[in-house]
Amino acid sequence: MNYVAFHARAPEQALSSEQQDKLRSLLEQGLPLVANPYAQLAEKINAEETQVLSQIALWQQQGLIKRFGLVVKHRQLGYQANAMVVWDINDQQVNDIAAKLSKRSEVSLCYRRPRQLPHWPYNLFCMIHGKYREQVLQQIDEITEQLHLKTINKAVLFSHKAFKQQGARYQRGKSE
Amino acid sequence: MQLSLLQQQLINDHQQGFPLCSAPFSELAQQYKVDECEVLAAINSLQTLDVLSRLGPVFDHKKAGASTLVAMAVAEDKLDHIADLVNQFEQVNHNYAREHDYNLWFVVTDKDMVALNKTLKAIEEKTALTLLILPMEASYHIDLSFKIDFNDNPQEQHQLKHKEALR
Repeated sequence: MNYVAFHARAPEQALSSEQQDKLRSLLEQGLPLVANPYAQLAEKINAEETQVLSQIALWQQQGLIKRFGLVVKHRQLGYQANAMVVWDINDQQVNDIAAKLSKRSEVSLCYRRPRQLPHWPYNLFCMIHGKYREQVLQQIDEITEQLHLKTINKAVLFSHKAFKQQGARYQRGKSE
Repeated sequence: MQLSLLQQQLINDHQQGFPLCSAPFSELAQQYKVDECEVLAAINSLQTLDVLSRLGPVFDHKKAGASTLVAMAVAEDKLDHIADLVNQFEQVNHNYAREHDYNLWFVVTDKDMVALNKTLKAIEEKTALTLLILPMEASYHIDLSFKIDFNDNPQEQHQLKHKEALR
């Protein structure tokens, strides 16, 4: 199923860098919920709808946009058990183990970050989202067992309050 | 929270690959055999219910600017206040309390490294607390779509139990 009906191609006339900045800023606030949202964006940046569509397609192709769609607040849908599991894995093994961890369906994100000794000894971060705390803890146990990570120092940090949950705004101050 | 079937389908089918065409909601309407205005109303109400953060792109942090994860160790009785101070920075998103000595975790994004470092310094000054700065060095997994199970809803009872366990 492919709903990207508009394929990336070089636009007839590319947007100026100022228009691109404005478009990105507008998109970060979310698509307007109207019948022709891209036309409305185009009007705001003084461009044609086709130019806006081409630009977004190009950004997707370039990987600047990872995905385009509904950005959902999981906590509101009952996914209240949100664990950040951090591991202290030696530098020779960390990439291999990260590759295995990120293949697990329970793991939604997996990042390597620097240790900050002596305060913070952990260098690999995984996120696991679930509805129930016990269930998430059990998943962590299974992963630890199956990937032979029992001897590795780790910590599980459940979140218990969301103070802020919004999309990143990179273009602030540049467009308005 | 009881969502309509259409809302559930939209959530599970369209976290990525949203139509890039003149009338995208009309295209979704055809897919689900409903009217365009029903799709718009369904998405609108997801926003009102605070289920939807937004409809739009998720930019790649690395390619779109500079960002880092930050942690702070805050006295428990000051946590709300400090979180509030941190939230006043518009460069901060995803600010969570977590169960650890480092109990406040947030992401800071800015247009480049210079601006990011300036913001981090300003947060440190405003809160008078030391930041644990943990920038991403490698990403192994990109979460493109998260399947929501709408049939298994935690009971109110269950959530209460969690809250008690946290005290």
